[in-house]
Amino acid sequence: MKTTTHHVARTSDRQPVAVEVRGLAKTFGPQQVLADVNLAVKPGEIFAIMGPSGSGKSVLLRQIAGLDLPTAGTVRVDGHDPAEPDTRDRFALALVFQAGALFNSLTVYDNLALYPLEHRLCPKSEIRDRVMRALKILSLEGAAHKFPSELSGGMKKRVAIARALVMEPQLILFDEPTSELDPIMGATISELIATLRQHISVTTIVVTHDRDLALTIADRVAILMKGRLVAVTTPAELRTLPNPAVQDFLNPKIDLQNPRFKHLEAYS
Amino acid sequence: MKRIVTDTCDGIGSGLILAYRSFASLPTAPRILKRVVEQAYLGSYTSLPIVVILCFFIGAVLALQTGISVANLNMQAIIGTLVGESMTRELGPVMVAIILAGRVGSATTAELASMRVYQEVDALVTMNIPPERFLVLPRLLAVLLFMPFLAMTGIVIGWLGGMVVCQFVQFIDVPPEVYFRSLKQFLSAADLTHGLIKAEIFGFVIILTACNTGLRTRGGPREIGASVTRSVVLSLVLILVLDYFITKVLA
Repeated sequence: MKTTTHHVARTSDRQPVAVEVRGLAKTFGPQQVLADVNLAVKPGEIFAIMGPSGSGKSVLLRQIAGLDLPTAGTVRVDGHDPAEPDTRDRFALALVFQAGALFNSLTVYDNLALYPLEHRLCPKSEIRDRVMRALKILSLEGAAHKFPSELSGGMKKRVAIARALVMEPQLILFDEPTSELDPIMGATISELIATLRQHISVTTIVVTHDRDLALTIADRVAILMKGRLVAVTTPAELRTLPNPAVQDFLNPKIDLQNPRFKHLEAYS
Repeated sequence: MKRIVTDTCDGIGSGLILAYRSFASLPTAPRILKRVVEQAYLGSYTSLPIVVILCFFIGAVLALQTGISVANLNMQAIIGTLVGESMTRELGPVMVAIILAGRVGSATTAELASMRVYQEVDALVTMNIPPERFLVLPRLLAVLLFMPFLAMTGIVIGWLGGMVVCQFVQFIDVPPEVYFRSLKQFLSAADLTHGLIKAEIFGFVIILTACNTGLRTRGGPREIGASVTRSVVLSLVLILVLDYFITKVLA
């Protein structure tokens, strides 16, 4: 019988991991959500995936996290298939879900402490310090003993981010980290993501439609439209990319004379 | 028809895999001891009042029915034997299992299904905490631990229900000493073992069904409700079908 002791690498010898996506396709019934997606995220990189709502960003993230199996193509994290249970013993991965996905039966503190406790990463006093530090960074000290149902949407999101920080992962995946947050907190989160790699060796993939976040802190940005990658480039090059759909997505003009909903067919 | 067959096979297969994966993490059991105790408390202690009420009246009605049937034959002494045997071998375990399916099985499915729907299970998977170890194993261990005690309580309360009826209903009028003497005369340790084995198997199957149905839920709030219904109905069917076969095997 296989024992399930976990040997997640200790913080000190953790290295950021590379992510490679080859020819990835995903269909739900007749609906093609992702088609022929190719990506290579380097270790330690901050990689942003942008795109309109419903373009398949979150599905792509779930594939990278190994939560869903692809219809075709491969995903490799550090050279391993993330959907294989053994792969998760090789590196620490954190996924910050769009809706938080906090454990509703546990307090905020216990939500954060769960990962180090379950994996016996360090003594309880150290776990306490780590949790309180993460809560402090996200101005959540007062919420430590509250249950997720007592928190606002924005606070839940911050708790989810704090939970990922406590894990000190080698690969961190953010799904819309700044939606539902006020502009100041949004900027704080962006700064946090950008400075994360100064403290821990981490590869970061951010799915977002927050332009400021993607163009300011990302090393490279991918644009996903209708399940296909239309561009993978640096933020500077992205601004000058001669693709009208991309430019319209990045700088949507509010045009009252010629509103989009009146010519939706042409827009699509 | 084809769908029913594939769904059934799918359900059985996933249930077996779930059981295997849960018990594969058995070496970590000391770590989950706290959750096992918590689940055992929720499943057994809080179920006690309903078990007592239900089994008392099942025992009482058994005695009453038998009493009515045998009143003219002057065979009241048989009541103790009948209540004792049927509560121990059959009604005690089945009644407790039905209560378990309704109270604990439904709650388990609802909790796990909502954890699945609101991505809490996904979060566990990404944190490399297998849901089988974190959510399923404590519940399975807890039910294996408390089910014999809960069933035993149900059985004894059923006997007492019969005793009260025998003593206080005028046309039966069997004193407790006579009632228990006739109960003891035919009841053997094998009967009791038989009943408790049954209860143990029922408990395990109910919680496994509840966990499996919950974790396989996809969709939203409506699907959570549908899963709870499915889990309880499936548990009840399984209890009665298994009851027949276990009785046959143990006979």
